Amino acid sequence: MSDFTLPVHHDGADPARDTGYVDPPPRMGFFTDTSICIGCKACEVACKEWNEVPEDGLEWTGMSFDNTQGLSADSWRHVAFIEQPAVAEDGKDFRWLMASDVCKHCTHAACLDVCPTGALFRTEFGTVVVQDDVCNGCGYCVPACPYGVVAIRESDGGAHKCTLCYDRLEVGQEPACAKACPTDSIQFGELETLRARAGERVEALHAAGVEEAQLYGHDPEDGVGGDGAFFLLLDEPEVYGLPPDPVVTTRDLASMWRHAGAAAGALVLVVGASFLGGRSR
Amino acid sequence: MAPRGRGGGRAGPRGRRVVPRRAVPVSPRRRREPEFISYYGRPILNEPVWAATDIAGYFFLGGMAGASSLLAAGAELTDRPALARASKVGALGAISLSLVALVHDLGRPARFLNMLRVFKPTSPMSVGVWVLGAYAPAAGIAAASDLTGIARPAGRAAAAGAAALGPVVASYTSVLMCNTAIPAWHEGYREMPFVFVASAASAAAGLALVAVPCDQAGPARTLAVAGAVGELAASHRLTSRLGLVADTYDTGRAGTLIKAAKVMTAAGAVLGATAGRRTRPASMVAGAALLAASACTRFGIFAAGVASARDPKYVVAPQRERRASATPAA
Amino acid sequence: MTGPVRGWPVLRQALGRDRTARGAAAKSAATSRLQPRTTTADRVVKSICPYCAVGCGQDVYVKDDKVVQIEGDPDSPVSRGRLCPKGSASLQLTTGAAREHHVLYRRPHGTDWEALDLDTAMDMIADRVLSARREGWQWTVEGKDVRRTMGLATLGGATLDNEENYLIKKLMTALGVIQVENQARVCHSSTVAALGTSFGRGGATTFPRDLTNSDCIVIQGSNMAEAHPVAFQWVTEAKARGATIIHVDPRFSRTTALADFHVPTRAGTDIAFLGGIINHVLTEGRHFREYVEAYTNAAAIIDEDFQDTEDLDGLFSGFQPETHSYDYTSWQYDGALVQAASGERDSDPAASQRRESVTSSGHGESHGSGGHDVPDPKTDPTLQDPRCVWQILKRHYARYTPEMVERTCGVPQPLFRRVCDAVCDNSGRDRTTAFVYAVGWTQHTAGVQYIRAASILQLLLGNIGRPGGGIMAMRGHASIQGSSDIPTLYDLLPGYLPMPHAHEHEDLDTYVQADEARKGFWGNMGSYTVSLLKAWFGDAATRDNDFCFGLLPRLTGGHSTYDTVIEQLEGRCKGYMLLGENPAVGSANVRLQRQGMANLDWLVVRDFSLIESATWWKDGPEVESGELRTEDNATEVFFLPAASHTEKSGTFTNTQRLLQWHHAAVEPAGDARSDLWFMYHLGRRIREKLAGSNDPIDEPVLALTWDYPTHGPLAEPSAEAILAEINGYDGDGRPISSYTQLANDGSTSCGCWIYAGVYADGVNQAARRKPVGEQDWIAPEWGWAWPANRRILYNRASADPDGAPWSARKALLRWDEEEGTWTGPDVPDFEADKRPDYRPAEDAVGPAAIAGDEPFIMQADGRGWLYVPAGLTDGPLPAHYEAQDSPVQNPLYGQQRNPVRKTYPRKGNRYHPSGDEPGAGVFPYIITTYRLTEHFTAGGMSRWTPYLAELQPEMFCEVSPELAGERDLVHGDWATVITARGAVEARVLVTQRMRPLEIGGPPARTIHTIGMPWHWGPNGYSRGDAMNELTAISLDPNVHIQEDKALTADIRPGRRPRGAERRELVDDYIRRAGIDDQTGSRP
Ligand SMILES: Nc1nc2c(c(=O)[nH]1)N[C@H]1C(S)=C(S)[C@@H](COP(=O)(O)OP(=O)(O)OC[C@H]3O[C@@H](n4cnc5c(=O)[nH]c(N)nc54)[C@H](O)[C@@H]3O)O[C@H]1N2
Ligand SMILES: Nc1nc2c(c(=O)[nH]1)N[C@H]1C(S)=C(S)[C@@H](COP(=O)(O)OP(=O)(O)OC[C@H]3O[C@@H](n4cnc5c(=O)[nH]c(N)nc54)[C@H](O)[C@@H]3O)O[C@H]1N2
Ligand code: SF4
Ligand code: SF4
Ligand code: SF4
Ligand code: SF4
Ligand code: SF4
Ligand SMILES: [Mo]
Repeated sequence: MSDFTLPVHHDGADPARDTGYVDPPPRMGFFTDTSICIGCKACEVACKEWNEVPEDGLEWTGMSFDNTQGLSADSWRHVAFIEQPAVAEDGKDFRWLMASDVCKHCTHAACLDVCPTGALFRTEFGTVVVQDDVCNGCGYCVPACPYGVVAIRESDGGAHKCTLCYDRLEVGQEPACAKACPTDSIQFGELETLRARAGERVEALHAAGVEEAQLYGHDPEDGVGGDGAFFLLLDEPEVYGLPPDPVVTTRDLASMWRHAGAAAGALVLVVGASFLGGRSR
Repeated sequence: MAPRGRGGGRAGPRGRRVVPRRAVPVSPRRRREPEFISYYGRPILNEPVWAATDIAGYFFLGGMAGASSLLAAGAELTDRPALARASKVGALGAISLSLVALVHDLGRPARFLNMLRVFKPTSPMSVGVWVLGAYAPAAGIAAASDLTGIARPAGRAAAAGAAALGPVVASYTSVLMCNTAIPAWHEGYREMPFVFVASAASAAAGLALVAVPCDQAGPARTLAVAGAVGELAASHRLTSRLGLVADTYDTGRAGTLIKAAKVMTAAGAVLGATAGRRTRPASMVAGAALLAASACTRFGIFAAGVASARDPKYVVAPQRERRASATPAA
Repeated sequence: MTGPVRGWPVLRQALGRDRTARGAAAKSAATSRLQPRTTTADRVVKSICPYCAVGCGQDVYVKDDKVVQIEGDPDSPVSRGRLCPKGSASLQLTTGAAREHHVLYRRPHGTDWEALDLDTAMDMIADRVLSARREGWQWTVEGKDVRRTMGLATLGGATLDNEENYLIKKLMTALGVIQVENQARVCHSSTVAALGTSFGRGGATTFPRDLTNSDCIVIQGSNMAEAHPVAFQWVTEAKARGATIIHVDPRFSRTTALADFHVPTRAGTDIAFLGGIINHVLTEGRHFREYVEAYTNAAAIIDEDFQDTEDLDGLFSGFQPETHSYDYTSWQYDGALVQAASGERDSDPAASQRRESVTSSGHGESHGSGGHDVPDPKTDPTLQDPRCVWQILKRHYARYTPEMVERTCGVPQPLFRRVCDAVCDNSGRDRTTAFVYAVGWTQHTAGVQYIRAASILQLLLGNIGRPGGGIMAMRGHASIQGSSDIPTLYDLLPGYLPMPHAHEHEDLDTYVQADEARKGFWGNMGSYTVSLLKAWFGDAATRDNDFCFGLLPRLTGGHSTYDTVIEQLEGRCKGYMLLGENPAVGSANVRLQRQGMANLDWLVVRDFSLIESATWWKDGPEVESGELRTEDNATEVFFLPAASHTEKSGTFTNTQRLLQWHHAAVEPAGDARSDLWFMYHLGRRIREKLAGSNDPIDEPVLALTWDYPTHGPLAEPSAEAILAEINGYDGDGRPISSYTQLANDGSTSCGCWIYAGVYADGVNQAARRKPVGEQDWIAPEWGWAWPANRRILYNRASADPDGAPWSARKALLRWDEEEGTWTGPDVPDFEADKRPDYRPAEDAVGPAAIAGDEPFIMQADGRGWLYVPAGLTDGPLPAHYEAQDSPVQNPLYGQQRNPVRKTYPRKGNRYHPSGDEPGAGVFPYIITTYRLTEHFTAGGMSRWTPYLAELQPEMFCEVSPELAGERDLVHGDWATVITARGAVEARVLVTQRMRPLEIGGPPARTIHTIGMPWHWGPNGYSRGDAMNELTAISLDPNVHIQEDKALTADIRPGRRPRGAERRELVDDYIRRAGIDDQTGSRP
């Protein structure tokens, strides 16, 4: 899966270096351990307060306690609530899963790849950020994201999503959501460290009998080269509204161009052929 | 107080008011229905925020322009001035309109020029804009020179340039579209360029059939047939390879559009190649059918993409399958 | 290359390393200039979250004198920088558009607000206070001196600073206003009485972080993850360390989601559940024997006249049906009756009317810091005497079998057994279990006894005073603990000194004698009282004039916030000041609350926004129903905008009794003012108006010390000066450092004796902020906790009688023989140099009478009370009674309800038939009420805050799929819930988190529960019906807390009728159930 055919995708070990940063700081990211999420939505609110994201409308959905409904231009964190009856007998015959979703800050970020203006760019921390002063609202990033994260805000026409609090990172501060999170379900730090910690946590949970614990987005070999924001889940990704096997679309870009080239060639040939039979008069 | 109302980019209708645990069985429609789990039936992907008229229109017009420039060059080389002029003017008109559509679709149109901040090989839109930056002036000069008779050599050079870029203009939009996470598009990236150029060829041919006297329209008629055959073949290949996601091309709004496109393509090509040879009105009807068909194809494909983004099963089921079939090496 | 071209990223792309323009080359000018407002701020001000009692630290960032950001303070050992959604929304709360900044005035009969300037408003209010006071003035009641006014009342205080509460209580008391109340009444008053009588202090015995030391945590009657999210971090940490987390709750909540297992119970049955565990412990011998023998009153022998509920089918001896009360003399320790000061602490054995007054006033709360006086009991150390507490306990709980638990609570026996095992296996020498509770226990007609049951269990298991043990009361508002300690409560003076009652010839000495304990620190009550009077009346208070004791107003019974509503309805209470409370949404039976307010002459509302309690005359439900015509209503209303926590300095006391200072960051805008400002300047104006008066009713006001320094353009009084007054001064005018310095000769002053030390050495100890990383887990140098900065109370009990820790694993304090002192990370809750083998002299009194192995130093016998021989009005031991409104017949006793609960049977406050009574089937379901993480209480601080409102945008109710099927309720549609008090509509959330319970027979039946969050009301950004339209006023007899956690109702699909039809629907139900003024009001 890692043999990306366009030279634009490196091995993903260091996306900051690959995008022109000299001596970048370590890559920073999130490990969201949903097994200790209490669904408090502090992450949602802290993000909005810090980033001055507009309120997102009053709609009661009946989707358990989730009235945010998903990530959007006006919700950069989204806490999912999943009610699951009946798996085990021992009193815990019901599960209420909660998980805070966010932009994955993909190693190979389709949104960033396709952005024609450079509004989306890779920071020295390896994160993916929209620059509001540049974005012209072309909307290309929106369908490109394999996780359905980035979106256009109606009121200003620009694309918006989690910045991993780039402004805060630059001065050594923790992102607002991670800082607020009461139980440390959202852990911020150097990606390497987080990956190691996540591995230990899964092992500990397995040892404690929570066999369903699994990591998601931690694997640098996956279709997006691994997520900068990855998760510990207690069920399959799609249960939480996450794609089971996302792939960065630009992985196939070279092939696309080759096919397009062939098609263009075919067009030339066909048009040319239409004129065979000489000049008409 | 912060502004009210939903933010943009929210796909689809509100979630189903159910609390699914495992697979939610869906009644079989055509193909085998997959077992899949979703989060309240809510989409995983964000559907494109593009307005269909703008973007499908842009694809249609761009395709028509690109193929017309080629046609114009052929006409010029084979001394068919009416065909050449109509195609050049058509190309200019189409590309101008398509640029308007593109700008119109921007959330912040005033910032169109930010497209020229960078050249991004990874962004077909960026590549396209730079290409259009060369193509559109060429198409313009070619048409202007033809119409006014001024600066003929430059006009010829421009026409040649436009012809050289025309195939790129006609095909890059397929890459633009497939280079997304939208299953109906991305998964069809091998066939889509062929569908696009064939549709472009039909459109250019259609334009010529409408605008050019029968005697000069011979190559257009041939092109129409070739385009139609190509388009039907490519789309067939596309949908037969897509698996589950092909549903989105067959059903709903997309299904209707694409069926209409197929009928009109076939009808236009046949009519053009037969009655169109002889009578101008028949030729014009055939041309119009081809133009409409090409437009329907683009709108249909667009709609299929939207539909495939809206229903999480088109994301979950194929990805699940892929994961299952991946060798569990690790 | 010229500037613009050089700035062209394409060139950077072409010439630099970022060839694909996806990184460095694409960076924009604005991005390069990016600077977070946390670094561009001019200053960072240390503050405390204004919402709940966890007391999370906040950093307030200020730029150009505007607050630009509020986030968690990483230094705080309470919160470690974290904030829940409410704390995170503080910026929007304090700087958002929802805040009013101008005084609003509604003239009598006015149909809309008018503008009024602040100065005029203050003057008008001062006039109205004075005239209402005079109109409602009483010198005597039934021949006894009361020198008080019933003409006005205040409500609110839990959101305010201690300094603000102090001024309210001080000024109002001097004015003779006794109806001073705050949220503590409706929230945790039962905690004070229960923990106070059991252990000697009415506060949580430990602090949340100590839960990380627990081996098992039972969360019951608390929704900790939602109501105290940041404190819940310690539970998740304990779980990660291997602790077992159990949630016993009628619902599966976000707390349950993180627990190891859930025990669904029927709301209102916790005494049966806990009684079952107690029975298990006793019958299986799982108690911590050495601990029980050494530290509890298990061996005490009880009066021979005592009869238990066993003997009397649910009643204790002494029941007096005429008055719905107990004569509790027979509950005493054997021999106590011979002693003069025995029995009711505030009573002369000769005067039984005195008891009546005290009983009906809910005296139990005065055990907030100091237990009831009792003589040293006769004991049987072998625990064999049939009259000893141990044997009584065994008999009393014998019927609380697992079968009975199943029948009463609906908990299957295997699941119940699992809880018993988890709790017992994790208690003892080496292990500790903690209980966490909140208002799921407090708000019942036997609320005090719920908490008592847990106290008994924890004493039996040896879990009090030890790390990882204890009873963690999770309190409510930011300073609700403070507003109990410095009480804006009618029955208390600061530091849990009781308000004096109207007795003949009551003077300071008789007051003190009646209440003071012979032994322990409550033995110095006289010093605390005199020092308080000195703080209030300064030089005017002298030995000769009884330190102005005579100037204090007197109680004659209950004057709680619910009694005040009746006073308003009866037209006797004419003025009302709401100082941060929203009774039109938050109190029980809000319709009655509004009707009371509609009967006022004037109302002052101080708040951030136009809460329901401020606008009922204009747009309340009674206006909609046509019962109230705005033009006809004569209440004059003043709305005064309040300053927020960022705009004033002061201390909050959080749920762990920790005082934390928050610093003002900016000046309040417009007319917004702190409540300190309001009270101080109101008092100043009143004193100016009264200056020179010789009228004796004005004497206390004029004698008051009221000369606080002010500062700044708004003349804000100095909160620090007030804190210093609260702390107290010694004879030389130096701040004292401990209550042990207080004297009863008038040489010392102290505004709240339990807070003595908060200003030790003239330093604001509550403002201490030594970062968490620089201290141990107890973090003693962060803020200041009462008493004496102790964090785990009764920690002497963490060591065995000889002074050695019970086990290495659970060590906290130990006696250091060499140094001759108790040592450990916490401040000893014991005299530091008192040897374990110290034995008091026969005639020792006060602290000296406490032996070296008696850890409960506020108790008159130095022991934890398994059995409460005195101090509670409804029994020495918890017995299960059904809630006021219950669908179930009491499975344990013939006595259905708490026989001495307080009811107010009157129109508009009808009760339901229960159990087997005819008509009970009309209201077949149980309602329980609770909080959501995203909202706060009556909504004033969340429904107006868009970032919170959007997270839970509508009022809803939760029902099981089974109940939904039974009543045709459709998920996502509406339902109407009806009681004899009102009808409300709510969106229906059908969820398996709501669980039908099988109540064992005979006859076996299924019980359905309707879950209702109660945060909504008709005003604000997110609106909905107020759940409390459904609740009745029915109260715990000890402390007058309302029962709103378990009631009955009917539910039907669809929205409720509008207009007058809404009442008709309710009346129809009343008719159908055959309800009259007798229903549910008999004992
Ligand atoms: N997010 C948020 N936090 C808050 C507040 C808020 O409004 N919102 N309010 C603050 C205040 S004022 C307070 S007092 C505290 C209250 O904090 P909590 O007491 O935790 O709050 P509640 O949710 O009202 O009630 C707790 C639980 O009691 C359960 N319960 C109801 N009846 C019974 C019963 O009979 N037995 C048992 N075992 N459980 C029962 C309910 O289902 C609920 O889960 O929270 C404070 N913190
Ligand atoms: N059914 C049901 N009813 C309940 C409960 C329940 O569990 N179920 N719980 C009960 C409990 S525990 C409580 S504590 C009560 C709470 O009920 P309330 O205390 O009536 O509710 P709040 O909304 O907290 O009201 C406090 C008000 O103070 C305002 N405020 C905040 N800070 C300040 C300030 O500094 N100055 C001034 N002047 N105002 C300020 C806020 O804006 C808010 O409007 O409700 C009780 N009611
Ligand atoms: S998750 Fe989507 S928006 Fe975020 S970096 Fe990846 S592709 Fe971009
Ligand atoms: S919308 Fe903005 S961020 Fe997204 S691709 Fe277009 S320019 Fe880039
Ligand atoms: S990292 Fe910052 S921008 Fe991203 S979700 Fe968290 S708070 Fe929001
Ligand atoms: S702040 Fe933390 S615990 Fe709360 S919802 Fe977000 S991730 Fe979960
Ligand atoms: S509301 Fe309570 S838990 Fe939440 S931040 Fe404030 S103090 Fe902390
Ligand atoms: Mo409360």
